[in-house]
Amino acid sequence: MMQIVKGNEAAAIAAKLAKPDVVAAYPITPSTDFPEKMSEYVANGELPYTQFLPVESEHSAMSACVGAAAVGARVCTATSSQGLELMHEILFIASGMRLPIVLYNANRALSAPINIWCDQQDSFSARDTGWIQFYGENNQEALDLMLMSFKVAEDPRVLLPAMTCIDAFICTHTFEPVDIPSQEEVDAFLPPYKPNHVKLDPDEPMTLGPFGVPEYYQEMRYAQHLAMRSAEKVIDEVFEDFEKRFGRRYRKIDPYKTDDAEIILITIGSLSGTTKEFIDRLREEGKKIGMVKITVLRPFPFKEILPVIKNAKVVATLEKNISMGYGGAVYAELAGVLINEEKRPALIDFILGLGGRDVTFKELNEVVGICEELKAGKKMERPVWIGVKKELIS
Amino acid sequence: MSNPESLLAPGHRACAGCGPAIAIRQILEVAGRNTIVVEATGCMEVTTTPYPQTAWKIPWLHVAFENAAAAASGVEAAYKALRAKGAIPEDKKPNIIALAGDGGTFDIGIQALSGMLERGHKVLYVCYDNEAYMNTGIQRSSATPLGAATTTSPAGKVIPGKMTRKKPIAMIAAAHDIPYVATASIAYPADLKMKVKKALSVDGPSFLHVFAPCPTGWRFGTEQTVELARLAVETGVFVLYEITDENPLKPIITKRLKDRKPVEEYLKIQGRFRHLFKPEKKQDIIDQIQQEIDRKCKLFGVDE
Repeated sequence: MMQIVKGNEAAAIAAKLAKPDVVAAYPITPSTDFPEKMSEYVANGELPYTQFLPVESEHSAMSACVGAAAVGARVCTATSSQGLELMHEILFIASGMRLPIVLYNANRALSAPINIWCDQQDSFSARDTGWIQFYGENNQEALDLMLMSFKVAEDPRVLLPAMTCIDAFICTHTFEPVDIPSQEEVDAFLPPYKPNHVKLDPDEPMTLGPFGVPEYYQEMRYAQHLAMRSAEKVIDEVFEDFEKRFGRRYRKIDPYKTDDAEIILITIGSLSGTTKEFIDRLREEGKKIGMVKITVLRPFPFKEILPVIKNAKVVATLEKNISMGYGGAVYAELAGVLINEEKRPALIDFILGLGGRDVTFKELNEVVGICEELKAGKKMERPVWIGVKKELIS
Repeated sequence: MSNPESLLAPGHRACAGCGPAIAIRQILEVAGRNTIVVEATGCMEVTTTPYPQTAWKIPWLHVAFENAAAAASGVEAAYKALRAKGAIPEDKKPNIIALAGDGGTFDIGIQALSGMLERGHKVLYVCYDNEAYMNTGIQRSSATPLGAATTTSPAGKVIPGKMTRKKPIAMIAAAHDIPYVATASIAYPADLKMKVKKALSVDGPSFLHVFAPCPTGWRFGTEQTVELARLAVETGVFVLYEITDENPLKPIITKRLKDRKPVEEYLKIQGRFRHLFKPEKKQDIIDQIQQEIDRKCKLFGVDE
């Protein structure tokens, strides 16, 4: 059924269709609609068995999720920016304890200065917490990826928490038509979660969250890494199953007009839509340019992305994040992909769109101009900052 | 012991004479096997669960330092949801006990505790109070009493130990208007067990503040733990009371004192107060501690 909904509501509808046992959340702009909607579903009896916990902080939200998931419940939450940072400590514990908690994150800039608008610094800062990370381009993807994230996370071959991220305001507060599956369809796609690896049951006492001495700690981390590796396969399976049932195709990366492309732009999130249109325009002018949208950042899609980008002349990452003193995070990821290839493209990172700064064709033109120079053999310092008002910096 | 088999198995790594270990055994004798413990990081977490061993014969969860109350909220909510949808039997209602030291309760965990109490989860929150961060090496907490020396409130030449009062944590819990709050001491096991029983029977959150001396941190003989705990009550240092739904916010004293002993008797046998007696006696601080106790005992009506 098509419905016109905001990104936040699309994510909340997905969570509702997954029929979670426990939702513990703390409101934060711009994902506040999510806890509001979940509390509404519970208050109206649309989720008759769900416990909605209006906790007193994001730290407690994730902590309550861990407690509930340790019992064996299906659990989800939502947050953004500072909220994700406040959860940060417990994000590691959720993954370390192998609890398949599902989180919806609205990608919002971090303080200081405080800013409620879009960039992706928040979830990039959570990149190494052991969570699977999906990034949606639009509201339909928010719903679909949220739904699929339950299935991936709860797969016995994975058992890792998963977050679905979409861009603040650009998606969270924009109304778009979204195809909403029926409860029956979702029930057939997503079976009930019945874990064997954790329980808090007096009939079968288990000690969860013990002290890990050096003789065991490293093996536990290794097991988590292996679980991420096996998530690669499970994600493919779930994407295929989803496509069969719902007709919408997902891949870890989406190449666009890359076959003969000399310049390839790498995007994550809502910028992908703008960039596709931009590429269409440049293609009309005869420019050999393409794009790769990254949907799954963890586990990182090494083997999917390498063959797509390695024959290009320039690969440029469009980064709504900055590792100060280094550059863009996606640049570093791709450098790791390409470094052992004999023939490899020039790689460059563009920092843009931070704190809600718009990225339009003007900025993308600037990006491509620099890529052309690079293609022509010019050396340049990286990262390249796009749209910085130099007159504001003393 | 009324129960020969302890649900906290021997062989854990707690120090000899550990007050909190005694507290846990006493609590579990009442709570029994049908209990889930959600514990904060701290002495009793670290010493009982070095993987792949555990001293816990009942289900046990540890998440982090500041969130035992939040994690326990999640456990309780999950049980409610799973019962409601029929995934587990309707009568499967284990006791849920959140357990944390004074650091995890008075300080870093107080926000999560307040949230849990306000939301009304049916959880018994137990604070075992050994009056400092013992797990990290005897640093002061807001439960450390006036005058005590710790590694972050040392007995210096200018500042003689901790110079602030102890936070009245049980009264703070009671201010949330919850069904049951009590203080208890390992030196009064019958009183403690009666309070655990009451706390587990109420329909909603309950809070138990258990005084549990630490020989390592307070610097006294390992055979003196219970004696110290008793002396704390007999001197009025630690007041035993309960607050029930019938009389919200009004403490009912469960151990009144006929001839309250002077606090000096309690202070002088602990290394953490040694600087108040040597090299020269700091009578002004001892008097200040006594006055604080007199004031508190009057407020609570401790003296018979």
